[in-house]
Amino acid sequence: MTDLKKLHQAILDGNAKASAEETAHALVAGVDPMTIIEGTMIPAMDEVGRLFECQDYFVPELLLSGRAMKAAMQLLRPLLAKSGAQPVGRVVIGTVKGDLHDIGKNLVASMLEGGGFDVTDLGTDVSPDRFVAAIGEKNADIVCLSALLTVTMPAMKTTIEALERAGVRNKVRVLIGGAPVTLQYAREIGADGYGENANAAVALARELGKGTLRP
Amino acid sequence: MSLAIGSLSEFLFGHAPRPVSCGRGLELGKGTVIPEINFTLPAMDIDEATWPEVRRLYAEMIEGVCKRAAELEAPGLLVEFETLPAMTIRPEWGREIVEILATCLHGYYEKHGLKNALRVTPNDTRDFLSPSHMRDGQYWEAMAQLFEMSAAAGADLLSIESTGGKEVCDEALRFGDLRQTIFGLAILGARDMEFLWKHLVGVCSKANIVPAGDSACAFGNTAMVLADQKFIPRVLAAVIRVASVPRSLVAYRMGAAGPSKDCAYEGPYLKAIAGVPISMEGRSSACAHLTHVGNIAQAVCDAWSNESVQQVRLLSAYAPIVSLEQLVYDCRLMNTAAAGSREDAIRLRDWLVESDAALDPQAWVLRPDVVLRIAERIATEPTPYLQTRVAARCAIEEIASAHREGRLRVSPQEIRWIAKIEREVAQLPGQESEFIDEMLATPVAEKFLPGEYGIESVASR
Repeated sequence: MTDLKKLHQAILDGNAKASAEETAHALVAGVDPMTIIEGTMIPAMDEVGRLFECQDYFVPELLLSGRAMKAAMQLLRPLLAKSGAQPVGRVVIGTVKGDLHDIGKNLVASMLEGGGFDVTDLGTDVSPDRFVAAIGEKNADIVCLSALLTVTMPAMKTTIEALERAGVRNKVRVLIGGAPVTLQYAREIGADGYGENANAAVALARELGKGTLRP
Repeated sequence: MSLAIGSLSEFLFGHAPRPVSCGRGLELGKGTVIPEINFTLPAMDIDEATWPEVRRLYAEMIEGVCKRAAELEAPGLLVEFETLPAMTIRPEWGREIVEILATCLHGYYEKHGLKNALRVTPNDTRDFLSPSHMRDGQYWEAMAQLFEMSAAAGADLLSIESTGGKEVCDEALRFGDLRQTIFGLAILGARDMEFLWKHLVGVCSKANIVPAGDSACAFGNTAMVLADQKFIPRVLAAVIRVASVPRSLVAYRMGAAGPSKDCAYEGPYLKAIAGVPISMEGRSSACAHLTHVGNIAQAVCDAWSNESVQQVRLLSAYAPIVSLEQLVYDCRLMNTAAAGSREDAIRLRDWLVESDAALDPQAWVLRPDVVLRIAERIATEPTPYLQTRVAARCAIEEIASAHREGRLRVSPQEIRWIAKIEREVAQLPGQESEFIDEMLATPVAEKFLPGEYGIESVASR
């Protein structure tokens, strides 16, 4: 009999090695991959999310749990691919042209990954053209734009205009964030949403995400 | 190495063992606390089309703050111009703004006797490339050019918020990985500081201006902001702050003279060890970011800053003028206390300290008595790595004992982190070479180019 409680605990502890080992044991014992995910891994990540929401866990603990889940998923993904399973959503994220600040953007990217999104991080100083190209290449559902400087905020607008010119604006939801950014600014430039912090950004992406959680 | 400040009674605002004279009659650390103002543009593009407007806005901002400083009879004025990326990548633009600011400052000295100096801080654009090229390439060359152009165009002091090691520290902060953070600070950051400050001191020496100082902003302040958002524990941010001290100290070993950068909250350690005047920011910089060290940060400052504020209109005036006025009044209070007696100055310092210290570990590690104890331990170690190791160890020991004794509040969720940090610090190797070998064997090594830090890569060994 396989003890999936150990896998649950490994994810809560952010222990990637134990998470992979317990998943391997479960597969050897013949447990169905979707049962492992839906019966153990998702409840474990929900518990991690709850602990984070009530401020018992900090971001490092949240991310380490995400990493433990990812370690397990590496074993499960090949088995799931055959069933045509899809991620919660596909996200393209980057800091806009002219801006090098990326800690907030990286935080959002990591938390989205932990939440089951397929994330393509384009890095910093990303031109509108690169966003447009990545949307096509990755078949993205959501585009996240980050800026820290008041003088790079306008590049968010330029990027949205580039999406419109390329004819992809109506295929994606655009979320923006960063210290000087406001909800009002998001409305002004025609973004679909604004995340005041990483938590809010992930919650918003979940709300907008397409499909169901089938990693 | 012995401390420049030997006792608590000598550790005061306005007084530094190695004062600095600069610009037009301005003295820092010689008994008077000076306001340092920084301002930036409102939300706008910077390009060929908007450049005339950018120039107009900087002229408007400097005129506004100088006029108000003269009206309030400020004891002096330090102005910081921190360039925006476009002005570093295209150094000619940066130079034009330096000229605008310097011309105005000269005018106010001539006409109104306003003692002043201009600090120019080109922003570090070397991480525009990934992995970063720290010692060559177009971004380094433009930065180096801007330093020289600024020196020629009227800068009185040069500074930078350098980012060497940030490539590994950003991820380390997100994952709460103190070991990786220390690698970024003490191994990569310290090596980059040596390279960068050797160059900067050379530029300043040639132009006969002051090589001022650096800041661990990209590390310590990132941690501070993340902690404020409850993303990482405050105890971790406090330890990272102290661990950033040896990296910032490298600038002074290479010949920097101060004042340190305002956002270098590690400033009190720099003053205690190197004796340089320090610029600090706290409640005065709420316009730029929030903080839990608003009063204590002021306790031993020599210049008092607002970090940065946008040119936006408030009810009374434009925001830089409002910021300047707040700084002038803060300085007036400190200078009045100091003019009373040493006891008065100590009393004000201690009020600033006691009003914050018990509420947050980040404030606790800025207590002057704690600073002197830890600084003494740092000063006995021979290398930045060993200094950083002991700094982190002492910081968590100070926090743990203050918490145990009921003198410092640590939230229940953070208590498990004290033990975690103690364990991680205890596991740091005693030999720097062993630490480097170990880190180069991990995926961390893929995030930076060892040669850019003067480190031999595993492949080339």
